[in-house]
Amino acid sequence: MLKIEVNGHTVQANQGETILQALTRHGIKVPTLCHLPGLAPSGACRMCVVEVEGAPSLIPSCSYPVADGMKIKTASPQVLQARKTVVELLLSNHPQDCLYCVRGGDCDLQRLAKQHGVRQRVFTGERTRREKDMSSPSIVRDPEKCILCGKCVRVCEEVQEVSAIDFIQRGSRAFVGTAYDKGLNVSSCINCGQCVLVCPTAALSEHSYVDEVLRALNTPGKYVVVQHAPAVSVSIAEEFNYKPGTDFDGKMTAALRKVGFKKVFDTSFTADLTIMEEGSELVKRATGGGVLPMFTSCSPGWIKFVEQFYPEFMPNLSTCKSPQQMMGALIKTFFAQREKIDPASIVSVSIMPCTAKKFESGRPEMGRDRLSDVDYVLTTREFAELLRVTGVDPSELEPETPDTPFGERSSAGKLFGASGGVMEAAVRSAYFLITGEEMKDYTIQELRGMKGSKELRVKAGKIELGAAVVSGLGQARKLVEEIKAGRKDLQFIEVMTCPGGCINGGGQPRRADIESVKARMSALHQIDKDSAQRVSHKNTQVKRLYDEFLGAPLGHKSHELLHTHYTKRDVLC
Amino acid sequence: MSTQTKIDKILSAHAFAKRDKIIPILQEIQAAEGYISQAAVVKVSKHLSMPASKIYGVATFYNQFRFKARGKYHIMVCRGTACHVKGSLSALKLVEECLNIKAGDTTRDGLFSLEVVVCMGACGLAPVISVNGECHAKVTPERLKNIVEELKLTEGK
Repeated sequence: MLKIEVNGHTVQANQGETILQALTRHGIKVPTLCHLPGLAPSGACRMCVVEVEGAPSLIPSCSYPVADGMKIKTASPQVLQARKTVVELLLSNHPQDCLYCVRGGDCDLQRLAKQHGVRQRVFTGERTRREKDMSSPSIVRDPEKCILCGKCVRVCEEVQEVSAIDFIQRGSRAFVGTAYDKGLNVSSCINCGQCVLVCPTAALSEHSYVDEVLRALNTPGKYVVVQHAPAVSVSIAEEFNYKPGTDFDGKMTAALRKVGFKKVFDTSFTADLTIMEEGSELVKRATGGGVLPMFTSCSPGWIKFVEQFYPEFMPNLSTCKSPQQMMGALIKTFFAQREKIDPASIVSVSIMPCTAKKFESGRPEMGRDRLSDVDYVLTTREFAELLRVTGVDPSELEPETPDTPFGERSSAGKLFGASGGVMEAAVRSAYFLITGEEMKDYTIQELRGMKGSKELRVKAGKIELGAAVVSGLGQARKLVEEIKAGRKDLQFIEVMTCPGGCINGGGQPRRADIESVKARMSALHQIDKDSAQRVSHKNTQVKRLYDEFLGAPLGHKSHELLHTHYTKRDVLC
Repeated sequence: MSTQTKIDKILSAHAFAKRDKIIPILQEIQAAEGYISQAAVVKVSKHLSMPASKIYGVATFYNQFRFKARGKYHIMVCRGTACHVKGSLSALKLVEECLNIKAGDTTRDGLFSLEVVVCMGACGLAPVISVNGECHAKVTPERLKNIVEELKLTEGK
């Protein structure tokens, strides 16, 4: 234990930690722009400088280790002036269009400018001009708004190990871009949106479809339906200033009806359906000599990752569509027939914690007769925007339940929103399918939590399976490399693109630290704990769907509507 | 030898190279091809197990690498201190105007490419430009225009 003096008060610090870590632990706030908790400091932005007695210049607290007896000032005039100058310099090369900016009111740079009393443009000069990149269906890049903090580059490289973007050129010409400065759509970007979550400004944002959805809602003759993903209900409340982990499931459904959607469906329903299909597929592969290990296919970022980096593993991907696309396919077929609506007049919207879902819905195989199964995908953030613009406050509404025929869900389907959830739901149902009995305790603690990689040996009757759960594509890459090198003890692997799963998806409310993400996860686990219906195979509406329409899992109709195929992608990577 | 095999040959000479060999490899490719093509970046990326964006990032960091094929006439305009004092900026702008390209680019007909260099070591003759290695000293705007127009004429343009 070390003793350091901060602003005249003695506090304790741990050997080996940085000044910033010690200060944060003691509740002393130091502004940062480039700091990413959990990753090595880069010291790029210089916002976190502090004065250390005896040091020749100001010290970046994020990357400097504490030493015993260190005397630190965090708000001396010299420190404050330096920080203010950093902000002023950044603003000198920034388009000053905050009123019209997508991040206006929600921008780190704007907040710091306000905090530091920047009231006028101090430095003037030529501003860097670069075109916006609108090529990706998921993510919009606006390099003029970039302050080169490098967080997106590091998340893409160190967490996701995709490296679609990097610093190009140097000095005053430097910018963040793809190889050969091509559009994101032809780069190796997997659309996960983790970069959007960490971007302090509007340099990276989701490709918004709020206007299109509003237009559809106001077009006569259009039948606009919506589905919402399991991870949205436990995070949307944050956009309305509730604490992380508040569940808005029912309120959200009510709000969606208020906005004008004709039907509100729960994607957790098709998550249950996914378990029936994917579970059957796994059993078929395991008993019939199919390709193993089988990877889950719910996460579209992961799918593109395999298609471009590991095409040799495409046969290992489950052929099941993701729950979003299963729901989309069912809405424009089964639902349309049942309600006698022309599928062409249905506008199918989905609310997802994910930016990659926007890309997924646009894949050419995800539709029929020139109609997309899912027309527009909104992220949790865009959903909040839709509610604000239409003047609907979910917190004031009485909870409602989603619509038949896709309204019932088990809490197993709801668990799809967190890392380990698909596996847990699958194990619960697989156990029943194999042994004919229910598990004594449904909760599988080993599969829960924020760890990037979790493993479990599953025993059901005479069958034993090796199961692994990974989240974050860096973790996925590690596991795939192990399998490539000859690892044979795994049969079923759940992969979620974002660390922690969809609760930490690229479309979720910003500024969520690890504690907020944990709170969202706990909320899902609490829903599961309180639920009377905890297994997918008991979902009566899923059973009815099979009886009335689909036949049996892996049957002809299922194959046509609920399964898909993958394509090797040649991208610049 | 085709482009592909040229690059393959360079890479096979660096069979067990790690990422620290990226600069020499890129230099050899540029020497052989005159520029770093997209196909070359993809090959180097596979060879060194590095992302393409990273290789492009490293290559663009240095002035020495070009990313467009050289033209039949490669024009280098010196922007070193002495040439700057003697008005090389307007010389550069004039060439850019005549050819309708920016520094680092190649004209669409593949005839001309333009590059800015920092010093050719001929400061006494400033401002200097070179066409395919042949130096033109103390260029005035008129002479510069003539040089370019004459080259265009020889090519029948």
